[in-house]
Amino acid sequence: MIPASFDYHRPSTIGDAVELLVRHGDEARVLAGGHSLIPMMKLRMATPSHLVDLQAIADLRGIREENGAIIVGAMTTQRELIESTLLAERCPIIGEAALQIADPQVRYCGTLGGNVANGDPGNDMPAIMQALDASYQVIGRGGGREVPAREFYEAPFFTALGDDEILVSVRIPAPAEGHGYAYEKQKRKVGDYATAAAAVVLTMSGGTCKSAVVTLTNVGGTPLVVEAAASALVGTAVDERAIDEAVTQAKAVADPASDGRGPADFRRHVAGVMTRRAIVRALERAR
Amino acid sequence: MAKMQIQLKVNNRDVEVLAEPRTLLIHLLREHLHLTGPHIGCDTSHCGACTVDLDGRSVKSCTVFAAQADGGEIITIEGIANPDGSLHALQEAFREHHGLQCGFCTPGMITRAYRLLRENPDPSEDEIRRGISGNLCRCTGYQNIVKAIRVAADQMKPTREAAE
Repeated sequence: MIPASFDYHRPSTIGDAVELLVRHGDEARVLAGGHSLIPMMKLRMATPSHLVDLQAIADLRGIREENGAIIVGAMTTQRELIESTLLAERCPIIGEAALQIADPQVRYCGTLGGNVANGDPGNDMPAIMQALDASYQVIGRGGGREVPAREFYEAPFFTALGDDEILVSVRIPAPAEGHGYAYEKQKRKVGDYATAAAAVVLTMSGGTCKSAVVTLTNVGGTPLVVEAAASALVGTAVDERAIDEAVTQAKAVADPASDGRGPADFRRHVAGVMTRRAIVRALERAR
Repeated sequence: MAKMQIQLKVNNRDVEVLAEPRTLLIHLLREHLHLTGPHIGCDTSHCGACTVDLDGRSVKSCTVFAAQADGGEIITIEGIANPDGSLHALQEAFREHHGLQCGFCTPGMITRAYRLLRENPDPSEDEIRRGISGNLCRCTGYQNIVKAIRVAADQMKPTREAAE
């Protein structure tokens, strides 16, 4: 399969990249790891005339801690997320989720920025970022702004990102010491998107749940934050009854389509199972 | 959509190719450089038959533009053998332990295993299986592929220790 023709650009600064987007408007697309965009181009479902490859922009790379937050450059690959000792110590749910994305080859290329900016409801990182209450730093013609992950997703492949904007980094408030976390994803095979997946981050104190977040992947047009599931856990010992209620709430919010991964009812059921497993494992890990 | 000069080091040889930006790396390797070891299997980044090594990463060359690789260093199955022409330990082990039947997935499988053993010279069976999870084989059932990679790891150990 051969994509349509395009001109290739490899800018070395964010400013130059934005300049190219401004100049070429919606004829231009940014290229990160390419493992969503290139398949779409091969199918000619995407036919940009200008491809702006971000690989040479050093400012888009790296993982660092800054004022109680973890900043991850948009071009950081899934593999780099998995290998990061900083993330393993401070925010291990990111590496856990990255390991469940695609396969080793794809993870050498695929980036955090691409995964969260693309707006594909099948992508795993958006729900993780929502669970962590992360925000996205974007830069465009008019300068920079910060968009919370929980407000970024509008519909499948529609996000708050403007045509002339580049997502440059993700800012994650460092989760509390001793927090429990889990990302549970059911997929049919290596490389598949989730039939349903659930992320849970919670904190416990003296046997009582102090805070909780439950988010879901690929059971709606956008990632979903299930507030009612979190409320069902907070203030309880996360006992069987509280978990049952959280699962009920997650299934009520899940609105999957029937597709090759199963009928909608089955996928909603799986969303419940993933939610239950994620809560149980997060609880085991909480200190 | 002018053609562009793409400079690469492929199997330790500097090459320069004039190609359209939309040229996929697999097509550049096979059609411009006549390196037909990397195969086009699914053409959708699932099967891994097109796997090559690009700047120390295993990539599926059907899903990388040659332009993205411009300035990079590539190893294909044609560059895996030892400098004296003898087979690499992985190639030898695949042959000895029947790590292939039809052979279509083998170039990608060995190129991927090459990088895997560079990163993890002493992998467990589970680590090998996870490490090659981006490469599909429809003949063997993987058992002998995993065995061959494990044997190659053992074979490479003395060489590695001598180098240290």
